[in-house]
Amino acid sequence: MMSNSRKKLVEISNLKKYFKLDRHNTVKAVDGLNFDIYKGETFGLVGESGCGKSTAGRTILRLYQATDGEVLFKGEKVHEKKSKHELKVFNQRMQMIFQDPYASLNPRMTVIDIIAEGLDIHGLSNSRKERIQKVNELLETVGLNREHGNRYPYEFSGGQRQRIGIARALAVNPEFIVADEPISALDVSIQAQVVNLLKKLQKEQELTYLFIAHDLSMVRHISDRVGVMYLGNMAEVATSRELYKNPLHPYTKVLLSAVPIPDPKLERTRKRIEVKGEMPSPIDPPSGCVFRTRCPLANDVCAKEKPIFQEVKQDHWVACHMYDDRYRTEFNK
Amino acid sequence: MKRVLEVNDLSVSFKSDSEEVQAVRNVHFNLYERETLAIVGESGSGKSVTVQSILQLIAMPPGEIISGSILLNGEDLVQKSEKQMEEIRGKEIGVIFQDPMTSLNPTMRIGRQITEGLIKHQKMSKKIAYEKGMELLNLVGIPNPITRINQYPHEFSGGMRQRVMIAIALASNPKILLADEPTTALDVTIQAQILGLLKEIQQNMKTAIILITHNLGVVANTADRVAVMYGGKMVETGTVDEIFYNPKHPYTWGLLASMPKLNDAKEELQSIPGSPPDLKSPPKGCPFAARCPHVMKVCDTHMPDYIKTSSTQKTACWLLDERAPKVNSPINVGGGRNDE
Repeated sequence: MMSNSRKKLVEISNLKKYFKLDRHNTVKAVDGLNFDIYKGETFGLVGESGCGKSTAGRTILRLYQATDGEVLFKGEKVHEKKSKHELKVFNQRMQMIFQDPYASLNPRMTVIDIIAEGLDIHGLSNSRKERIQKVNELLETVGLNREHGNRYPYEFSGGQRQRIGIARALAVNPEFIVADEPISALDVSIQAQVVNLLKKLQKEQELTYLFIAHDLSMVRHISDRVGVMYLGNMAEVATSRELYKNPLHPYTKVLLSAVPIPDPKLERTRKRIEVKGEMPSPIDPPSGCVFRTRCPLANDVCAKEKPIFQEVKQDHWVACHMYDDRYRTEFNK
Repeated sequence: MKRVLEVNDLSVSFKSDSEEVQAVRNVHFNLYERETLAIVGESGSGKSVTVQSILQLIAMPPGEIISGSILLNGEDLVQKSEKQMEEIRGKEIGVIFQDPMTSLNPTMRIGRQITEGLIKHQKMSKKIAYEKGMELLNLVGIPNPITRINQYPHEFSGGMRQRVMIAIALASNPKILLADEPTTALDVTIQAQILGLLKEIQQNMKTAIILITHNLGVVANTADRVAVMYGGKMVETGTVDEIFYNPKHPYTWGLLASMPKLNDAKEELQSIPGSPPDLKSPPKGCPFAARCPHVMKVCDTHMPDYIKTSSTQKTACWLLDERAPKVNSPINVGGGRNDE
């Protein structure tokens, strides 16, 4: 995708989502995100458990109210006050696919009713016949048969359930889909089926995806651009090729070097970047740069000042003092 | 190489009044000293049941070992009483499960869980057992063992809990360590730490490890030999290099091709159409026949024998029969280092 022809679909600025635990403790799950998602692209969001990637996805869709900051969808504020009707119109354009294909489908509804729920709510079918016809089309789009419509979720395997979840999301003709770990619960050969389906649908229906995952090789495969989150903050954003070839943030380097590659000879010679300890609690994140407590290159300045998330070369954003002209020299000692 | 475990013709079923799930069918493999044998396969392929049968951890009924023997030091574990098995589990074979949250007792302090086996099977005094427990926590990289040994599982993070599990499994210096998806629930940076730890321990203690995983990256990183399971059968075994660079079974081909490579160009992933067989009525012939792109008539009716293609690799596939048409491995396997 060329940078001059692309249009911003979702603009996220300074987005924060805090969860209050009690009077003294607040979980800073998402603590100031700034990035855009372009029309027709797949934006991959990666990070380890607890980094806030799922919360970010849900807040962008307004499944959570934002604590601070703003999300614009085609220039319209997502989190502003909306009437019930406005919200309904709005929700139709953004849909979600969930991780757990077992928990996200109502076990007491037939597949037809699960998929058609969105059609009913948004009044997208005028007759019973049209409703069933639309569901049948959707079932075929995701690679299931129309006979599957009268069955219940328990009669399907994990991969098939995820297809039902995708059909449900597609039913209302959305423009933007947040897929939160849509393949993590599936076996490898089934993962490939679902990923290929998502890519095919994107091409056919001009969909834009926010693809949340912790499997870095799958994210690289499906995404045009990738963002790496750590402890509620965005560490780095770049095109997927650039990010994997030329990672800048020390955390991205650690993360990439930790992924085992299915190539025994390569694995035997690969050097891993060791990282100390585990991710600190988002209730009391470190001062300055949140990664500094585990960063192999951390310096005095990292504890004092939060690094600015800035574009250091075209389409490559990073939040690290090493790439800030004011502090660059400190790291060359 | 010294053989430490020998599994012969093992078949395990789960029975109810009306049906029988044939989870493992005629599985055969050996385990050698100091090696890591990875068993790979999709959910329901029988890899966990195989390992649980070694320890006799399968609930019987409904589970039942239909046939086969599991030889440890020349003695058949299938014939042992529960009491004898307790002794073996406490001394000879350590085990690590996938989920460190549910495999530790949440109501017991870590110290008691580590020392339990030492006191019972090694007849240590409580004091000496606790000293050994702290030594073990130190060995698996848990800082500050004096405080940690008196804490409960919920006070540990996921990675730390898995370290505790490893410490418990190692307490009796077992010759064999069974690790069932030991890093699946962990983040990649923690996974790298745990895999590093297992290798280090193996070097120092000469442990033989059976590693169950579905992550081929972990296999490439850790295994010496690989056994591929599908539909309750072991369809191919070989050294890690043979399986990754010269696989002979179409299921192994499909499995390797469906993995995205961290450094590959963007193209459609090869997927294996369809889904695994229903083991309530497993196919008469090759379990992969229904999904195999190279299926022949004979595959539906007859299970192929193992054919040795090297001194270390054997494969159960009719394509290797001399009467079959020659089919070359369709994929460029391995990580594919050519980026551009």
